[in-house]
Order: sequence, then C-alpha cells, then structure tokens
Amino acid sequence: MEGSSIQNLAYLLASVLFILGIKGLTHPRTAVRGNLTSALAMLLAVVATLAFSHIISWPWIITGLVLGSVIGTVMAVKVPMTGMPQMVAIFNGFGGAASFFVAGAELYRALHTGEATTQPASEAVVQAGLQTQFALATAAAGLIGAVTLLGSFVAYAKLAEFSITLKPKNEGDKPRKIWLSNALLVPGRHVINAALAIICIALFVFVATSDSPQLNYWLLVAVAAILGVMITIPIGGADMPVVIALLNSYSGLAACATGFVINNNVLIIAGSLVGASGLILTAIMCKAMNRSLVNVIFATLGGGSDAPSADDVYAGKVKQTSAEEIAMLFDTAQRVVIVPGYGMAVSQAQHAVRELANLLEERDITVEFGIHPVAGRMPGHMNVLLAEANIDYDKLLEMDVINSTLETVDVCLVIGANDVVNPVAREEGSAISGMPIIDVDKCRTVVVIKRSLSPGFAGIPNPLFAADNCLMFFNDGKKAFTELIEAVKEG
Amino acid sequence: MVDLVMLFTIFVLAIFIGFEIITKVPPTLHTPLMSGSNAISGITMVGALVSAGAGAGWWATSLGFFALVLATVNAVGGFVVSNRMLQMFRRKD
Repeated sequence: MEGSSIQNLAYLLASVLFILGIKGLTHPRTAVRGNLTSALAMLLAVVATLAFSHIISWPWIITGLVLGSVIGTVMAVKVPMTGMPQMVAIFNGFGGAASFFVAGAELYRALHTGEATTQPASEAVVQAGLQTQFALATAAAGLIGAVTLLGSFVAYAKLAEFSITLKPKNEGDKPRKIWLSNALLVPGRHVINAALAIICIALFVFVATSDSPQLNYWLLVAVAAILGVMITIPIGGADMPVVIALLNSYSGLAACATGFVINNNVLIIAGSLVGASGLILTAIMCKAMNRSLVNVIFATLGGGSDAPSADDVYAGKVKQTSAEEIAMLFDTAQRVVIVPGYGMAVSQAQHAVRELANLLEERDITVEFGIHPVAGRMPGHMNVLLAEANIDYDKLLEMDVINSTLETVDVCLVIGANDVVNPVAREEGSAISGMPIIDVDKCRTVVVIKRSLSPGFAGIPNPLFAADNCLMFFNDGKKAFTELIEAVKEG
Repeated sequence: MVDLVMLFTIFVLAIFIGFEIITKVPPTLHTPLMSGSNAISGITMVGALVSAGAGAGWWATSLGFFALVLATVNAVGGFVVSNRMLQMFRRKD
C-alpha cells in the first residue's frame, strides 16, 4: 500500500477517535478517558504526518514540538481554576493564529514551488493563477484565524480585568481609569465595522484573482485583526460566556478552513466538531440570557427605560442580617440551596462554600447547588470551581431542575449573583424581561451575600433584596462564608 | 471541483455529528468541553508540520514554525488543562 493511503487511513482513525473522545465528555464518569482519547487521536495524526509526509527540516520540527509542548504544559499546570476563562481565551487565539500562519506558508509554497498539497507542479497552474478552492480556503483561514487571534486577546484582557489609566487633561484632575471588562462603545463603530467588513470581502476576492495574492493575503489578515478587536471590545463582562463560546467555534472553523487549504480530511473533521461545539454553547448561552446572538454582538442591551430607581425599590425595605442570625436559621432547616455567581469566583470562596456545605450535611441538612447557565464568565464556570472544591457533581443542579423544587427549600444562600436571580425578569418591560432566572424568591428564606446593593451587569435594581423573605448579608463572599462557618460551629 | 465537493461533503457530515454528540454534553462539563474541543482545534499542527518541514525556503519555514509552536501550545495545553479539570469531576468514593 502506498504511504499516502496509510497516512489517510491513520487520519481516518484519528477522526474516529476525536468523535469518540468528545462522546466521552457526555458523562463525568467517562470524561477523563474521553479527553485522553482525543489526545491520543492528536498524537496519531501528528505521527502519521511525520512518518508519511515529505519532511526535510527536522531541527525546526523538533524544536517547535518541544517548545510548544513545554509552554503549553507549564501554562496548563500553573493556571488556577479561577483563571480558566482567560486560559481558554488565549488558547483559542493561538489556534486561530496557527491557522493563518499555515495558510500564509502554503500560499507562499504554492506560488514559489508549485508543490503545495493542492497544487500540481505545473507552470500552467501558476500562470493561470491559484486554484479557486485553494485561494478561497486560504483567504478564509486568514480571515477567521486573524479575527480569532485578536478577538481572543481582547477577551483575555477583559477577563483578566486589565485597565488603562488615562492621563488627566488638566493638571490636578484625577487620572481616569478605563476597565477593559466594561462594554467599550467606540463612536460610529457600526459604520467602521461595516467598512472593515467590506474591505475584508474585497481583499478576499483579490487573494483569488489579483497578481499579488500574498500582499492581499497579509493585508486581509491585518484588516481582519482590526475587525477582531472592534467586534470584541464593545462586549461587556456578563456577555463574556457568549463571546468565549463563539471564539471557540471560530478557532474550529479556522482549522477547518486550513483543512480545505491543504486538502486534509482530519483537519476538516476535527475543525467542524469544534465549530459545532462552539456554536451549540453559544446558542445555549444566548438562550439563557434571552438575547439573540446579533443582539450580543452588536452590544445592545434590551430596552426598559421605565425601570424604577434603586431608592424606590429598596427604601426602608432592605433587612440586614449577620452570620449568627443565619446560623440560627440553619438550626431548623432541612434543605439548603446555594446559588453562586461571578462574585464567588472573584472572592475565591468555593473552598469556604464547600466547608459550610459539609458542616450542614453533618447536621442532616440537604445541601444542593443551583447553577444558572450564564453564571460566571464562561459556560460551566461555576461547576468547575465547585468541583475544584471537591463538591460532588450530583449536587450541582441545573436551573430547571432546581426551580421545580424551590418551594420546599428552607434557606437559600445567594453568593455573588444578581441579575440571574432578579424576579423582574418574569415581568414585562425591563432590560432583562424574559431571561430565565433561578426563582430564589420562592424559597422560605433567601440570604443574599453581596458587598453592597450595587446593581448587576443589567444596571437595574433587584426587588428581591427588598422582599419580605430576603435578608442581606453585606460582606465579601469568602469572608461571609468563613464567618458563617464559625457561627455554625459555635451555635 | 470533485475534490472540493468531496471535502465539503465531509465538512457538512462532520458538523452534523458534532451537533448530535455535543448537545448531549451536560452543562456541568461545559468548561472542560470548551477547553477539550479547543485542544482539538490544535489539529492545525498537522498543517504546520508540513509547512515547517517541507524545506520550501526560510519564509514558509518560519511561518510554519510559528504555526507549529502555537498549535502545539493550543493542543498540549488544552488537553492537559482539560485533564486537570476532569479529574476534579471524578466521583469521590
């Protein structure tokens, strides 16, 4: 059998293993093995390429593989679980960058040696211009890859809470700090983006038709990179789960486009799987916020100008509580539900939360967790943090499951969540109307652990805080739980 | 053209398989799903190996080399970090 046939069969086996690997992720019990299966598939694809492709520059290859593996492993081992969203963002970006580098290299090879995988080495082809498929796929890989790279870097900067300090205009003024994690709305951004998109399309065509495809290709990469920045920068912190999922999808599609460039099935199959995965997560995240993808991307938050002011909602109705009081509530409680939000990640409270949960369970109280799909900064963020703290995944309940049983819950602890438990979402005419929420107000008593009454990302007051059955425990998440643990132990 | 149609067929079918399997992944595992699928997009390594290894001049080799390093970081880092996370989801008994 020819070498290329063996190689293609190896690629087929790798594709099957990728599919089985992802299938393993459908249950926590099989997930570790699934991930290892995918890694094995990758190894197989790499070995098959090295064994049967025409490789000359071995020192470069070995250096690249070793360098990449070392950097990747060090990053992956050192990152704390709370830094996971940033980590995923940056890896996405690298995947996108790799795609446009490969497409650029193949374009050069096609023009200079006529040896690129899709190109028969005939002068006629070189003279007649590039094959349409090759040229379009190259342009697509460049476009998607560059958008992914820069979009991911902006997402990284937002997730890592970078800020820019502007020098004051007049002396004596305070320097202004701009947090990248806010929605930064550039004036006239729709016009600028439309212009950038049109330039991209034009360059896309030029790569396929003009005499200087390389110049046009790198111009396309540059313009697409600017577009990547422009479409990510207006997106605010709470919408990050959508953006991360979308960029995840792009990195897969970029790999897919590269597969079309080099005529390689395993790239197309693996890339499509990732593309599909990202798209599904994007759809789930959008649904959980009751917003359309277009709405998120164009950074327009729903209407609702008639929202009541915070004073009207809260005046004289907010009841403060203390750790000791909450501990007394536990004395008669049988079921406790904890609803975490991004605030738990910020204050790194997950271990303290677990400790309290264990204490309560020792006292024969059932403790469960209600997880909103968009709690945190990426899909599944809360689940990972709670799993890190050794909480069994059986106790992490999805929104719909927990909602059907909330009437029988004695005490609900909300830590660092706001918009996802705002009952206003059930009424018409507010910025979050129609968004599915965890109906914590149906529990007998709700304790909200929060530093202040400040609004969540939607910028509207939360009438839950003023409800009869709600107590506010103004505190940092981790400190609050540490105090609660003390109080329960003493009580 | 025949090639393109063939590749496109594979692309469309793979997307369908992707949708079928991934809708079954529980929300609890969405983060490892992202990092794990992200690692799979490091499959661009295969393209990078050819670009960097073919010895087609310093320009193509350098581009291929950059691609190889980035794609390897993506793949290796992605699998290692997913493994770390998934180990935490193992049943504690």
